[in-house]
Amino acid sequence: MPSNLLSIILFTPLAGLLVLLFIPSTQKRMIRLWANIVAAAGFLVSIPLILNFNKDLDGYQFVERADWIPSLGVQYLIGVDGISVLMVMLTTIMGLIAIFSSWDSIKEREKEYYAMFLLQQTGMIGVFISLDFLLFYIFWELVLVPMYFIIGVWGGPRKLYAAIKFFLYTLAGGVLMLLGILTLYFQHATQFGRYTFEISELMKLNLPLGMQQWVFWAFFLGFAIKVPMFPFHTWLPDAHTEAPTAGSVILAAVLLKMGTYGFIRFSLPLLPSASSDKTIVTILAVLSIIGILYGALVSLMQQDWKKLVAYSSVSHLGFCTLGIFALNQSGIAGSVIQQINHGISTGMLFLIVGVIYERRHTREIKEYGGLAHVMPNYAIVFAFAMLSSAGLPLLNGFVGEFTILQGAFDANRVWAAFAVLGVIFGAAYLLWLYQRTMLGEVTNEKNKGLPDLNWREWAVFVPLMIWAVAIGVYPKPYFDILEKPVAQIVHRVHQTANTVANAPAATEAASR
Amino acid sequence: MSVYYTSTDHFVLLPALLLALFGCATLLFDFWVFPEAKHRRWLLIFLVLGEVFAGVAYFRQQMFLVSHGGDLSAFHGALVIDHYALFFHWIFLVTTLIVGLISYRYLEVRDEHHGEYYGLLMLAQCGMYFLASGTDLVTIFVGLETMAISFYILVGFLRSDQRSNEAALKYLLLGSFSSGFLAYGFSILYGIAGSTRLRDIAAAVSTRDAWNPILLLAMATTGVGLLFKISAAPFHMWAPDAYEGAPTTVTAFLAVGSKAASFALLLRVFIGPLGPARPSWEPLMIGAAILSMTIGNLAAVTQTNTKRLLAYSSINHAGYILLGLIAGNPTGIMGVLIYVLVYTFMNLGAFLVLTSLTRRGLAGEDINDLRGLMKKAPGHALAMLIFLVSLAGIPPTAGFLGKYFIFLSLVETGHYVLAVVGCAYVAVSIYYYFRMVKAVFVETGETDMPPLTVSFGTRVALGVTCLLTLGIGLYPEPFLRLAQLSISR
Repeated sequence: MPSNLLSIILFTPLAGLLVLLFIPSTQKRMIRLWANIVAAAGFLVSIPLILNFNKDLDGYQFVERADWIPSLGVQYLIGVDGISVLMVMLTTIMGLIAIFSSWDSIKEREKEYYAMFLLQQTGMIGVFISLDFLLFYIFWELVLVPMYFIIGVWGGPRKLYAAIKFFLYTLAGGVLMLLGILTLYFQHATQFGRYTFEISELMKLNLPLGMQQWVFWAFFLGFAIKVPMFPFHTWLPDAHTEAPTAGSVILAAVLLKMGTYGFIRFSLPLLPSASSDKTIVTILAVLSIIGILYGALVSLMQQDWKKLVAYSSVSHLGFCTLGIFALNQSGIAGSVIQQINHGISTGMLFLIVGVIYERRHTREIKEYGGLAHVMPNYAIVFAFAMLSSAGLPLLNGFVGEFTILQGAFDANRVWAAFAVLGVIFGAAYLLWLYQRTMLGEVTNEKNKGLPDLNWREWAVFVPLMIWAVAIGVYPKPYFDILEKPVAQIVHRVHQTANTVANAPAATEAASR
Repeated sequence: MSVYYTSTDHFVLLPALLLALFGCATLLFDFWVFPEAKHRRWLLIFLVLGEVFAGVAYFRQQMFLVSHGGDLSAFHGALVIDHYALFFHWIFLVTTLIVGLISYRYLEVRDEHHGEYYGLLMLAQCGMYFLASGTDLVTIFVGLETMAISFYILVGFLRSDQRSNEAALKYLLLGSFSSGFLAYGFSILYGIAGSTRLRDIAAAVSTRDAWNPILLLAMATTGVGLLFKISAAPFHMWAPDAYEGAPTTVTAFLAVGSKAASFALLLRVFIGPLGPARPSWEPLMIGAAILSMTIGNLAAVTQTNTKRLLAYSSINHAGYILLGLIAGNPTGIMGVLIYVLVYTFMNLGAFLVLTSLTRRGLAGEDINDLRGLMKKAPGHALAMLIFLVSLAGIPPTAGFLGKYFIFLSLVETGHYVLAVVGCAYVAVSIYYYFRMVKAVFVETGETDMPPLTVSFGTRVALGVTCLLTLGIGLYPEPFLRLAQLSISR
């Protein structure tokens, strides 16, 4: 196993992109084939990572360090712990699936399309493995441009509006986050006399609570818009609805996770006293619960199939952030697992919408009905995805939601009580959607004679279904891999919170 | 040599001398040696030659400074060569070269190809030399006027174009107005110090209270004059008209060269002699910065002419650069230098792409003329994307680096509100930059448009600006070193 495995994983898509640029754009088949080869290679090189990852070790593994901009203290510093290794795997797998699923659906400007996907792939992996804050920020912003194009060029009728809205929202949050990063950087330099963006160095900072709170809100805007948490979610339904299928899949499965990952990796460990501050925790928990319930209720009202799935994301991501701010082992571990689950099940749901959209070119729910008679295999896959998303035991969704609720219950029973309502609503809108589209008689003439899943579509769904069952039946490996890093974060948050509570004056004095 | 013209004086002045000589020679050559149109390329080659000579002179100066340390003062303190000045001189040199290279084809297409153009470019650059190197009010003022007068002519270079004439007249009127302000401010400074040397003025200013009324008057008039030159709001009114009417190549030169030179002067005057008066000028600068960002951004949103759009965007950028001056600590000054550097390349690049859109019978200045560029000229389109993303300040392009330093300096000096305002306007600016991106990549243009005509010079210039815009972003270390050297005194 090479020592620079992470760099290989990071740059495989980019290298593939550079080669892709030399393929003439008239060679459509060649372009498609090459993009799939690169995506598959990206997945293959990430396999040794999970196989060789030692879950019993503390700290980061596969660390690579090189000076990048020495006069600013910026390093090319990458590494993974249990949380990021799962995110990297999620990215490489979903990237492959998304690119593969575009085979038939993208018929124009293929070269640019696949180029954008590969660029985005590198950006997303970079976000999850950066241990240098500025490096992280650069990857974070890098992801925006390809997604803008994916939505803006290959999207639906209102694609330009959705694309720029996505861009403006997430960028506005991003630059404010940059201010927070720069504040930490500067504070570190004044306390230790050395300019660095290295996260483990920044963790040594001892900041007064007031400043931590300001920085927390700066980070919050960056991450919460990305997640998106209520009330910053309004870009999401537009972006999801207008994006091409594969774009929606990546957006839901990986891009949104950058926000929740940011909370776990940066907000909690870097700003422990602010993250455990009672007011802040309450505000975030309440926003999460509003997100859960609001997302679910709005989903119930949707006429548009894809928009329904989009709003369900708001609800599911609400669970993830609630788990994080329960600030205990099961809450955070559950949140990470739920993030993967959401990637699998919502990814599947978007793919399912994509399948029918390609056949009928409409997403109106009332256009459909009784599809189970016409496309039985499709109905089975949909049922599977729906149940996984709704959290049926023995499927993946249950594991995540259950653990999060357990964590929330430990933190505050009222939160758990409200969140459980979200589970019920979730089952309601999904089952109702299924009933309206799949069950009953075929009411619309146009739906008769629709072809069932072809082999390519099967090839997309089967791995996801297997993965869903695997997590649902045997989630232990995931909990094992998450145990150490999550315990570290929880420990850090509570330990610092206690010292601050016991001796606030001392900390104040020390930080001056 | 006599005491009036020592060898040091010669060494310091040499680049400016060369530029002036080559500039004047170009005017004469155009008249006597190469009067025919087909020989005009020799004038361009002559310009390149002049720049090479000037470059060698700069290089020798730089080597001297590196080996001997300190700076070189000449003419009894009227001119100085330090790393700070050289930093700007290199920027002027590259700018003039690139503008010269892209002008050839553009002027042919617009049927206004006259040899004096190249001479004027070099004379303007000669004026810029004195702005960055001058340490005496009279020297500075003469340099400023040399540059400004060359620009008045260049802006109106399209003689048969009504808009170009209008732009030149507007620029002339408002420009001389601002020069008047500046001269007034300079005269009061002279009154305060009894000397026109900046270091004497610095000594005189430091003994006075920052709110001393005479000093305040001097500061305000000087400040207003300079804010005019950098086109910061509320003294920006000339910029959109001048930018729109001027030949696109001149617009690029105006937006980049003239602005960089004025910033070089602004920084030298306000950090140097007027530094002790910071309490009184800081509010003025904060107001100008916020207004520039507001007006620049909000007005750019509705523009349909790309040159006007970039004019407002340059007002916005002036606001950001002012923020670095407001912070005023080493990071802030560094931010100004880096920002000016990256702004030079990304803005030149953007204008360059616009220039290549100009074809016979098509001005190529409407935002819709960018449509379908991706299909017609993918190379240009990708370069434009890099420039626009960089102008918006998104990593990993060079534009991010400028914003990074500005924001960091604001955080360091506790100007949090300004930092947040600056951040908010980054998001606004995305909107109009991406209107151009949208036109280039998403929308499709009419297919019967004539193809782009791209000369060899344009190709080289595009390659250089593109490479630097991306390169400074990806590996900024050498450029940071250079800037760091410039601010270490």
